[in-house]
Amino acid sequence: MLKTFPKGGVHPDDCKLTAKSPIFVATLPDKVYIMLNQSAGAPAVPIVKKGDKVKTGQLIAKGEAFISSNVHSPVTGTIDKIDPILDATGYKHQAIIINVEGEDTWEEGIDITNNLIKEIKATPQEIIEKIKNAGIVGLGGAAFPTHVKLTIPQGKVAEYLLINGAECEPYLTCDHRLMLEKPEEILVGTSIIMKALGVHRAFIGIENNKLDAIELLTKLAKDYNGIEVVTLKKKYPQGAEKQLIKAITGREVPSGKLPIEVGCVVQNVGTAKAIYDAVQKNMPLIERVVTVTGPNVSKPSNFLSRIGIPLKHLIELAGGLPEDTAKLISGGPMMGKTLSNTDIPLTKAMGGILLFPYNFSKRLDPYPCIRCGRCVHACPMGLEPFYLEKLVIKERWEDAEKHWIIDCMECGSCQYICPAKRPLLDYIRLGKNKVSAIIRSRKN
Amino acid sequence: MDKKFIISGSPHIYAKDNVQRIMLDVVIALIPATLGAFYFFGLGAVRVFFVSVVTCLIFEYLIQKFLLKQKPTINDLSAIVTGMLLAFNVPSNLPTWVVIIGSLIAIGIGKMVFGGLGQNLFNPALVARVFLLISFPVYMTSWPKPIASAGQLSDVVTGPTPLGILKESGSISAASQTGELPSYVDMMLGNMGGSMGEVSAILLLIGAIYLLYRKVITLHIPLSYILTVIIFTGIFWLIDPTKYADPLFHLLTGGLILGAFFMATDMVTSPTSYRGQIIFGIGCGVLTALIRLFGAYPEGVSFSILIMNAFVPLIDRISYKHFGEVKA
Amino acid sequence: MEPVIIAFVVLSLMAAIFAVIIYFVDKQFHVEEDPRIDLIAEKLPGANCGGCGYAGCRNFAEAIVKNNSLDGLFCAPGGNKVMSEIAELMNLTAEEKKPQVAVIRCQGSFENCPPKHDYNGIKNCGFANFLFAGKGGCAYGCLGLGDCVEACKFDALYMDPITGLPVVIEDNCTACGNCVKACPRNIIELRNKGPKNRRIYVACMNKEKGVYAKANCLVACIGCNACAKECKFDAIKIENFLAYIDYKKCTLCRKCVAVCPTNCILEVNFLPKKQENANIANDSSKNIVNN
Repeated sequence: MLKTFPKGGVHPDDCKLTAKSPIFVATLPDKVYIMLNQSAGAPAVPIVKKGDKVKTGQLIAKGEAFISSNVHSPVTGTIDKIDPILDATGYKHQAIIINVEGEDTWEEGIDITNNLIKEIKATPQEIIEKIKNAGIVGLGGAAFPTHVKLTIPQGKVAEYLLINGAECEPYLTCDHRLMLEKPEEILVGTSIIMKALGVHRAFIGIENNKLDAIELLTKLAKDYNGIEVVTLKKKYPQGAEKQLIKAITGREVPSGKLPIEVGCVVQNVGTAKAIYDAVQKNMPLIERVVTVTGPNVSKPSNFLSRIGIPLKHLIELAGGLPEDTAKLISGGPMMGKTLSNTDIPLTKAMGGILLFPYNFSKRLDPYPCIRCGRCVHACPMGLEPFYLEKLVIKERWEDAEKHWIIDCMECGSCQYICPAKRPLLDYIRLGKNKVSAIIRSRKN
Repeated sequence: MDKKFIISGSPHIYAKDNVQRIMLDVVIALIPATLGAFYFFGLGAVRVFFVSVVTCLIFEYLIQKFLLKQKPTINDLSAIVTGMLLAFNVPSNLPTWVVIIGSLIAIGIGKMVFGGLGQNLFNPALVARVFLLISFPVYMTSWPKPIASAGQLSDVVTGPTPLGILKESGSISAASQTGELPSYVDMMLGNMGGSMGEVSAILLLIGAIYLLYRKVITLHIPLSYILTVIIFTGIFWLIDPTKYADPLFHLLTGGLILGAFFMATDMVTSPTSYRGQIIFGIGCGVLTALIRLFGAYPEGVSFSILIMNAFVPLIDRISYKHFGEVKA
Repeated sequence: MEPVIIAFVVLSLMAAIFAVIIYFVDKQFHVEEDPRIDLIAEKLPGANCGGCGYAGCRNFAEAIVKNNSLDGLFCAPGGNKVMSEIAELMNLTAEEKKPQVAVIRCQGSFENCPPKHDYNGIKNCGFANFLFAGKGGCAYGCLGLGDCVEACKFDALYMDPITGLPVVIEDNCTACGNCVKACPRNIIELRNKGPKNRRIYVACMNKEKGVYAKANCLVACIGCNACAKECKFDAIKIENFLAYIDYKKCTLCRKCVAVCPTNCILEVNFLPKKQENANIANDSSKNIVNN
């Protein structure tokens, strides 16, 4: 019996078009746009000004708040300006725009060789300090600053480290390719996080649609102490923190609490690789693997791309924007955000760029809910999406709160499975917003 | 970039199933039993079946178009399902005008007054059946004899249902002395008196397996329902085998299989969570057995399902378990 | 005959017993209530609009009686007339308020602010606001999905299908403020109705720099300061590249309207100026229709 989480979940078609395409290093455009709000929490504060020359890897904006992260220049060039530009949120936010000037001149102290360094010299404090300096955020999509996540709150003890290689979203293959091409780096990165947290066991959870990665990592993991690869049965949303913990350890994170409550810390494989780079090579987070794909994309590929490259440049590299593209999605098709245009730059949180043609994009007309209960059975959090939708339409916020609307993690399983094609998640997100506002105002 | 992209919330992909497909699956699943009914009850069954389906469609269309002024949604096929189930639940010699009244009640009272598809509290076909049973008891309880009446449109040889014989004679031993009880094989195949769709256990089960395969229904409701009836009647049979019929008799006669697989599982009027569905099934089972053993009517499937339908909102509220609830 | 009599007697007896029970229960659990609450509730419009901040008209009446003052309590739909009646009843004095009306501070119609994206989702501004900046790309403008229309209990708002903007029907508007709360972008403001219903206000909420505001919308306020310089009464403030006319100070001299380079200052219910060029007259008449 393969492990998986017991409650809910759906099985969308895989569509991993790029599972076999090796990671390709994306070329640089003339200009890069570095968003300052690349992590959850407060935006970083720029420490460069117009006209400054910057080197690759140089710190250009500092995360000053507690939940915030540093931003580094991914290229060598001159600061063109600091201006608001449209980003993935659909709104304008401050960005540093850099004119790219020739080859990379690296900031001092960064090791750009490919040599694998297995020995971990840094102490736990140094590791977290290095992670903080390198501006590492969760690369799974939520972009939560990693140094905050690795700082265990007082009175809590971490027991297990879970490395998330589930990649349960259809289409995306960036984690899969990374596991195949940088397995040792991921394993060393995992060991580094284990050392920082002081835990002795780590699990790398991988879904069984990535057998090659499972095989490779299992083989290599033998040389590392306490790291075990767990094969998971393919089911969406296995990559969600709470579901992954339930699947691997059988522990259930209580409602409204963080994974540390049950002694677990979850990190994405991409983050593990980034942590390896930061700690062993002093390399800040300036590039990530991103999948550019879609049913009609002529050359769907995985790119190792510098942060800040406008998406249209990556799309050009993948064979250009297909004629009938109607939806541009950052992330996977289940949880991704639609983007307004292709000028939006790549950020640390983007694992995939999805181009959907019109016939994929248009929602169908909703029917009345026939109470088939599929959403209830699909909901991994054990909520009743159809009922929450009704409560939100009727604006019964107290009842919605009582029915745990806040626990919804917006995985989209309910709306995916709904035979009546109802916009369940739209309403639930709206309700979640309202209810959280009510809860906040109550606290004040 | 002058291209206009669509902005919408996630998710961006959808499962293939839709409402029509689900309804179509139910229709397909009912086809074997329909053909069986045509074979056993002949032209009368064909007449009742088509009148019921067509009038249900017409009433749905007319009510939506002229009374509610909505866009008619008969293409969702739910009216066909209601019509078929209504036909299954009445005797095949029912006069046409009674069938039409049944359709009007099913669609009008059973479904539309609540707001149409998905809003109704009670299974529309059962609402109509119970209405007809109470309003036209004579028509609704004169059951044509199978095969013998196959060639007739309305003037048919009638005879009682096995459950009716049982209730009449008061005990199973007395009932078997009448010599009118069909054999178990006949009950299985459907060669007995009863509503036109409920008689053939085998054909209904074929349809039910198709529904299970298509994942339109799950086993939670039918299994808990049927098991409860078997256990309940089994206990009484063990206590006094001469007075009470054995569980197999109860399983194969009356509308239990039809009710358990096709009526109680109606999505709109059953609980959504698995735990709720099991509670619902047990409730239906207990009520059915009580009515059959001690009630005034020989058959209790329709009543028990309708009564449990009324409890669905309550069951829904108590029966689901939330992730992370235990230790919260 | 006998069963009829028995039934009659039994039912009558039961009725009598229940009546007695109800009588005692009512006595036992009687809630003492100030009779003034009923009197005040009767005076109120009874729309339960919630504009006063209470769930319904009766709750508002209870609050008045409980506080025994009218401080901060005002029934906008009822207006000064109802409030003075209530004040008389309570032996208090009501604060006189000038009648107000809701105004839509956005002119981002399809023409002025052409759509750049298609929105495909639920018809709710709150949700759209959370997904993106809006069809036209303006992060401050109207989303056009009609939350305000939904919120209005007096049929005083409707969406104009041609412009995609909400329109206030002045005669119906009671200034209850529900639409103000419903709008996720705070576009709607309650302003004094003004003499002869005449008002002047800046119909834009864009706080971006002029060049960005102008890129999305032809009639955006670019914060050029022209109106503020023109105003002799210190009624216009510019903050974050956005002008705001204080209705308490504005004397409706209309000088600012003429100088605005993007026509984002609206004048409502004025007669066209006699000797001005036809262009501006056309504009203002169009604005009256728009409003």
